[in-house]
Amino acid sequence: MPGRDRSNGETLLEVNNVSLAFGGVRALENVSFDVRKGEIRAIIGPNGAGKSSMLNVINGFYHPQEGEITYKGRTRKQMRTHDAAAQGIARTFQNIALFKGMTTLDNIMTGRNLKMKVNLLLQALYFGPARREEMEHRAFVERIIDFLEIQAIRKTTVGRLPYGLQKRVELGRALAAEPDLLLLDEPMAGMNTEEKEDMCRFVLDVNEEFGTTIVLIEHDMGVVMDISDRVVVLDYGRKIADGTPDEVRTNKEVIDAYLGVAHD
Amino acid sequence: MVETTPGGGAHSAALDTFPKLLLDRAERYRDAHAAREKEFGIWQSWTWHELAEGIQDLACGLAELGFQRGDKIAIIGDNRPRLYASMCAAQALGGVPVPMYQDGVAKELQFVVNHAEVRFAIGEDQEQVDKLLEIKDACPRLETIIYDDPRGLRKYEQSYLFSYKQVQEMGRGRREKDPGFFTAEVAKGSGSDTAIILYTSGTTGNPKGVMLSHDNIIITARNSVERDGLRQEDEVLAYLPMAWVGDNLFSFGQAYVAGFCVNCPESGATVMQDLREVGPTYFFAPPAIYESLLTNVMIRMEDAAGIKQKMFGYFMAVAKRVGTQILDGEAVSTKDRLLYWLGGILVYGPLKNTLGLSRVRIAYTAGEAIGPDIFDFYRSLGINIKQLYGQTEAAVFVTMQPDGEIKPDTVGTPAPQVEIRIADNGEVMYRSPGVFQCYYKNPEATAETKTEDGWVHTGDAGYIDEDGHLKIIDRAKDVGKLNDGSMFAPKYIENKIKFFPQIKEAVAFGNERDYVTLFINIDLDAVGNWAEKRNIPYASYQELAARPEVIELIQENLRKVNIDLAADAHLSGSQIRRFLILPKELDADDGELTRTLKVRRRIIAERYAPLIEALYSDQRRVAMQTQVTFEDGRTGTIKADVELRNVPGVAPVAKAS
Repeated sequence: MPGRDRSNGETLLEVNNVSLAFGGVRALENVSFDVRKGEIRAIIGPNGAGKSSMLNVINGFYHPQEGEITYKGRTRKQMRTHDAAAQGIARTFQNIALFKGMTTLDNIMTGRNLKMKVNLLLQALYFGPARREEMEHRAFVERIIDFLEIQAIRKTTVGRLPYGLQKRVELGRALAAEPDLLLLDEPMAGMNTEEKEDMCRFVLDVNEEFGTTIVLIEHDMGVVMDISDRVVVLDYGRKIADGTPDEVRTNKEVIDAYLGVAHD
Repeated sequence: MVETTPGGGAHSAALDTFPKLLLDRAERYRDAHAAREKEFGIWQSWTWHELAEGIQDLACGLAELGFQRGDKIAIIGDNRPRLYASMCAAQALGGVPVPMYQDGVAKELQFVVNHAEVRFAIGEDQEQVDKLLEIKDACPRLETIIYDDPRGLRKYEQSYLFSYKQVQEMGRGRREKDPGFFTAEVAKGSGSDTAIILYTSGTTGNPKGVMLSHDNIIITARNSVERDGLRQEDEVLAYLPMAWVGDNLFSFGQAYVAGFCVNCPESGATVMQDLREVGPTYFFAPPAIYESLLTNVMIRMEDAAGIKQKMFGYFMAVAKRVGTQILDGEAVSTKDRLLYWLGGILVYGPLKNTLGLSRVRIAYTAGEAIGPDIFDFYRSLGINIKQLYGQTEAAVFVTMQPDGEIKPDTVGTPAPQVEIRIADNGEVMYRSPGVFQCYYKNPEATAETKTEDGWVHTGDAGYIDEDGHLKIIDRAKDVGKLNDGSMFAPKYIENKIKFFPQIKEAVAFGNERDYVTLFINIDLDAVGNWAEKRNIPYASYQELAARPEVIELIQENLRKVNIDLAADAHLSGSQIRRFLILPKELDADDGELTRTLKVRRRIIAERYAPLIEALYSDQRRVAMQTQVTFEDGRTGTIKADVELRNVPGVAPVAKAS
């Protein structure tokens, strides 16, 4: 078992008393937790517990009515999506959001978007610095392709790929932004055991090789317990537990609310 | 003895080991490409000079780590230039590389590592290193592990674990202190030293370690290079397992002898794309690969526009009529020549380019019987695909088809310096300069396989036809006799039948019986497609297999097989008399097939004994019931009423004329 002390103790992200409501529906109520630099942090909870909403708050897609977020030492009431991306937050989605008609390579290249400095005109003409820049980005993207072992589908249109591979391409695109904080929304949903194992390995490798901090939502308890350092448990928009996998596993409230009542 | 190689220049007997060949190649072909590997989407290459430098660094580094003459080094991973280089580095120090199958599980590795007394191991990546670490405690002799790709290994802290680069770094230090070391070590080697130990999987018992000397491989490689005119400018794609003797010959032995370039694919999954990019001139593939390439072409043609389909159909018919004759240099009418030339521009050329075979001068296949249709398809396109017959114990080459003498059902004439004879029991035996030294630490097995005077038992039954070509029929131990005394070769018959796309699996019976009968498994995709086009409804394999239309389709196929068998004097007695289509697919989960999908005759004969008895009676139908295991491990029962059919016999051609 890999050591559970990946973080160096420094806090990267702090969520303080965040509440989010859509009209009368309270999606999140007074939720607080922190994410340490370099750790793998899982958010679990039953359907509708507010997990995806939480990710959307972190990367600025939803704006909470109350509470504040501290990211890299800067506190703000809400993030803006573009800001979040520029600050090194990247994510994947529960329902894959790739450009289906484009190739794997091109999809991952779009992840480099924020890193491209040359102006549009030069890019269109593919001239001088634009050309050099494109080559640099392509080289970077090739490293990701190698890392995720998707060389064979480099030139394949994403729409033609099986689900498990699309998920991998989406992870690739998120990695292309060289994120400090990676948000993964159910990266293993709909996968078979082998695909899940592969994905687990990639998540662990990303964390180890690049030192990327990862927050992930996952339903597969085996996966969560295996790879995460600490787990936040949400239920009906409230945080009901927070701790190491072992602490969470034995927490009475969690067992009742989520894992079902133990019979022994 | 001085010979001239096709690569040009004198080839003296002093070049009797691979490290000596390497140093010579590094001088002679200094800036020519020796190896290529696709990494990060770009082909990276090494010249012979660079290759030799890298190998010297590695060898000296290994020496620093305590590598002694006679030490074994396990090599495990996909085809990588650095892994091939490590073979030569070990040989330079008088060591013996032991390549292992990269997908072997830890337990299999453990046997080989212990049996071969391996002290050093080189793994390609984290996956292989993890396996080696897992068995380390159970392998007391294993001391040092080296890896090529550092990914994921950053946090491994074992003191005996080194990266390939680290070892080369140590080697450079050694070279500075002791510049003459490498050449002195190389000079100590001689052709009779063991060059490699290759473990053969073997169907029973533990694998056996086949020891081949430098002479075995170099002489065999040189002979085959000369026979086929291979040259320094050739290109091969190294994609078959490094632990397999064929890869060792094609991607290492012949490459060093002829000096050609070995291309390593980016990953196992990209082989077909890389094949297209490299465009090898010399190519080996087992029949299954040629088959899947052809299937892909046919599937894509079905989606093509009407005019393209017509053009393809027309010119493929032309190729079928005259293509092989043109390739074999036979006389063909001017009109057909013209049409074939036009077809080359419009169809064959682009097609070969898509397949990655447009530059192929010589292609080989071996291992299994190749379907005559598939074989002819490639030959009619002008691709010189030939068959060879070989064994690990022979350093591959036993027989090979000479240019212009190609028959789909024989494996050619003896390779240079190879003698062949057929033993009294029909078993093929050979003697050649490539014959292995012995099985490592297994004198009983060596004595069983190799006679005192150097003849090797192949375990295959066969005969030599009227043109001097060897024809392999079956495993010698599977060949039986019908009650009338004629030969019964089940696998030969089954292979012939499986060439029909509608038939997935066949099991032949006939040993000590009056006639030959068959169990058939239909191919659900192919027959299902066929049924849909004819509006024949079915809901399951079982239902489809019981349709009278399907039984008739199979019956017609078997009649064609009988016509073929009747034409062969040795096998005309083996015509198929009766058959049935099994109501379930033979499955490895039920123990009916091995994990590599080979038929387990004995188990099938036991489980379906009532069906076999029915085949040797006059019954028209028989009721049966059997257990099946589902994918999730649950079991169920299949009950069926199976129809038995007769197949019309054909008068033997020899007798009729």
